[in-house]
Amino acid sequence: MSAETKKPKVGVYVCHCGTNISHTVDVEQVRDWAEKTLGAEGVVISRDYKFMCSSLGQELIEKDIKEMGLDRVVVAACSPHLHEMTFRGASKRAGLNPYLTELASIREQVSWVHTDKEVATEKAKAVVAGAVERVVQNEPLEDIRVPIHPDTLVVGGGIAGIQAALEIANAGFKVYLVEREPSIGGHMAQFDKTFPTLDCAACILTPRMFEAGMHPNIELLTWSEVTNVAGYVGNFTVTIKKKPRYVIEELCTGCGICVEKCPKKVVDDVYEAGLGYRKVVYTPFAQAVPKYPVIDAPNCTYFQKGTCKACEKFCPTNAIDFNQKEEFINVEVGNIILATGYDLFDARRVSNYGYGRLANVFTSIEFERMCNAAGPTSGNIVLRDGKTQPKSVGIIHCVGSRDKNYNNYCSSICCMQSLKFAHLVKERTGATVYDFYIDMRTPMKAYDEFYQRVMDEGTLFVRGKVAQVTNAARNEHEEGKLIIQVEDTLAGKQRRIPVDMVVLSTGMEPRHDAKETSHLFGIGCSSDGWFTEKHPKLDPISTMTEGIMIAGTATGPKDIPASVAQGAAAAARVLDKILQKEVVLEPIKASVNQEQCSGCRICNGLCPYNAILFHEDRMVSEINPALCQGCGTCVAACPAGAINGTGFSNAQILAQIDGLLMDVNLAGA
Amino acid sequence: MSEQFEPVIIGFTCNWCSYRAADLAGTARMKYAPNVRLIRLMCSGRLDPTFVMKALATGADGVLITGCHPGECHYVEQNYKALRRYLLLRRVLKGMGIAPERVKLVWASAAEGTKLTNEINTFVEEIRALGPLGWNKKLAGNGHAVEELAVEEVAA
Repeated sequence: MSAETKKPKVGVYVCHCGTNISHTVDVEQVRDWAEKTLGAEGVVISRDYKFMCSSLGQELIEKDIKEMGLDRVVVAACSPHLHEMTFRGASKRAGLNPYLTELASIREQVSWVHTDKEVATEKAKAVVAGAVERVVQNEPLEDIRVPIHPDTLVVGGGIAGIQAALEIANAGFKVYLVEREPSIGGHMAQFDKTFPTLDCAACILTPRMFEAGMHPNIELLTWSEVTNVAGYVGNFTVTIKKKPRYVIEELCTGCGICVEKCPKKVVDDVYEAGLGYRKVVYTPFAQAVPKYPVIDAPNCTYFQKGTCKACEKFCPTNAIDFNQKEEFINVEVGNIILATGYDLFDARRVSNYGYGRLANVFTSIEFERMCNAAGPTSGNIVLRDGKTQPKSVGIIHCVGSRDKNYNNYCSSICCMQSLKFAHLVKERTGATVYDFYIDMRTPMKAYDEFYQRVMDEGTLFVRGKVAQVTNAARNEHEEGKLIIQVEDTLAGKQRRIPVDMVVLSTGMEPRHDAKETSHLFGIGCSSDGWFTEKHPKLDPISTMTEGIMIAGTATGPKDIPASVAQGAAAAARVLDKILQKEVVLEPIKASVNQEQCSGCRICNGLCPYNAILFHEDRMVSEINPALCQGCGTCVAACPAGAINGTGFSNAQILAQIDGLLMDVNLAGA
Repeated sequence: MSEQFEPVIIGFTCNWCSYRAADLAGTARMKYAPNVRLIRLMCSGRLDPTFVMKALATGADGVLITGCHPGECHYVEQNYKALRRYLLLRRVLKGMGIAPERVKLVWASAAEGTKLTNEINTFVEEIRALGPLGWNKKLAGNGHAVEELAVEEVAA
């Protein structure tokens, strides 16, 4: 190329940033030094300016590019994360490829973190020299443009996923909504009331479920799971496994006669949280969407013994098909939203609270089902015997949360959930309620008012982490009761409080298979197991993988309003991409020089995005630029040096090292 | 004035965590030793061990490698690959008679400006204690030694 024949013409622009830089760095000295000392490296002009990022500062650069024919630009100013786009834009306007512009961070990395002006000025020179050496090795790059398939996949049919699907579908685009349970609705469908308004969860959720189920733009794939994801932003091919329902959806009318006639009941561990029963052919709940039932094959008498078929006999439309097999379908989508939700913390792990051992210790989800009029006790709050109303109830916060033995994080919803339980117990039984909290966290709209209300209703609050729940009585008052042992940290004393019922406000945990899901979709996952956002504050619904959005509790504990907001936000981001019709990707990519590749395949296993394809016939590897995210791990690994990483090439980095150490070598010479 | 040895250190940072931690240190006006000069990579996984060798050969007295905490890599798991290379590299350095302590790996998230500044300060003192490497002065332009290399004391 021309680099050999033509000497580069580099312009260096040193910014004062008001006094932010010039206070600690002698800007004029850096300017003069750059022009004089770096002349041999190609610097033809060096200027300083009060605010380089201002329009006048940018025009200065543009003018030089046009008039002096600069082919490289170095701006010594702030962090590239702040103004790289600004100065690339200036270069582009002047007709220079934007990727031939480098920022040298002499503010964040020099003037703001050092105090000695002389030392800081020397370091600033080194940083500028590094950038100059580097920019000479920069190559002109073009943004990558990829067309977007207008269909979207939403994984998870809880409230966040439903919201996301509806937003996109209402805008006129097709959505595949995949849910692994027989019905959409998620955890919210199990709840009785929602805090702080106390409106019934089913009343507000089921219209949304119904809307999603009937929407012409939403293809509902319940009792289904994603098994493979191939492709990249704009062009994903997703394989979905449809588990056999043994019910032909086209024929089923949802009349429910099969459920009625099925002679076998089993404990419902999922929807009823183990408190109630369901038939072997079932819909999880009355308002389930879709209405088609599922046959639970492992428990079905026909599948076990080959006889029964009561459902088949009585079905008026012959919709039962015992021969259904699992089916795999492929769908093409441009974007994916993951709203896979959470698992409840298993309260058995906190053995000192006795759940699973002491009958009248309940988890929060059991209590939700108990309160629900459609639940196993028809909404009556009763002890495990199914009839006795408790006269006193203890509610324990932070079970499995804010505890270094389990999860360090706050599950965020448990305080409000506990207050809701306290209210419901008071309202329905009049029992004495004790609420044991570490800190009361009620920060959202109308939440603290609800706390005040529950206090006014007479719930007794005890601040302290409960040590133990036991049935070992020490006196006659404790006989036959559950005793809550706690340090009351406000009164500064130990208490033993006997109650009839204990409710454990169990926290949220990432899905047990969250890690596998994150690998399947190629997104990041924190060490806890929550999906990692592109930016925790400014981009909480994107991931580092272009085209894959996250919403709801899959990214961390949150309440219903926050989940809904994230579902809608993720949908807005997807619509933005669909309407752009194509995405622009930064051209930081790796590519294999096919001539140099020895076919050793060392790089193949290093790519977390499966972007490296090995051609068996030619014995060389090739990188799919749209899948490549540009981390550069393969570039560093290639023993033949056959992989080039644009934007961060070996030549660029090695040159930058030379520049950064130029003073050391000049001094030594 | 005391003749204190001022080491020169090259620091490799990840675009998503430690580089942002350095930005944060700046924004928060935290102060750290001026001996470290940073290079931005997209990921610690991009770190070719050659870069470290090049830095040491060109006059750096130490190299600091920084990346996202295990499990928090923006490219899923590439920081583990950086860790593997780092451990191998230290063995190679030892074999070459260079104190492996001249190269250090540190995890720093984008929120850990304080941690990064502390790590930089600690590392500068560690290299100061080791003294100058001066590898650049012992090599001719062709990469061959100009004189017998003085081998550093390296514990077996």
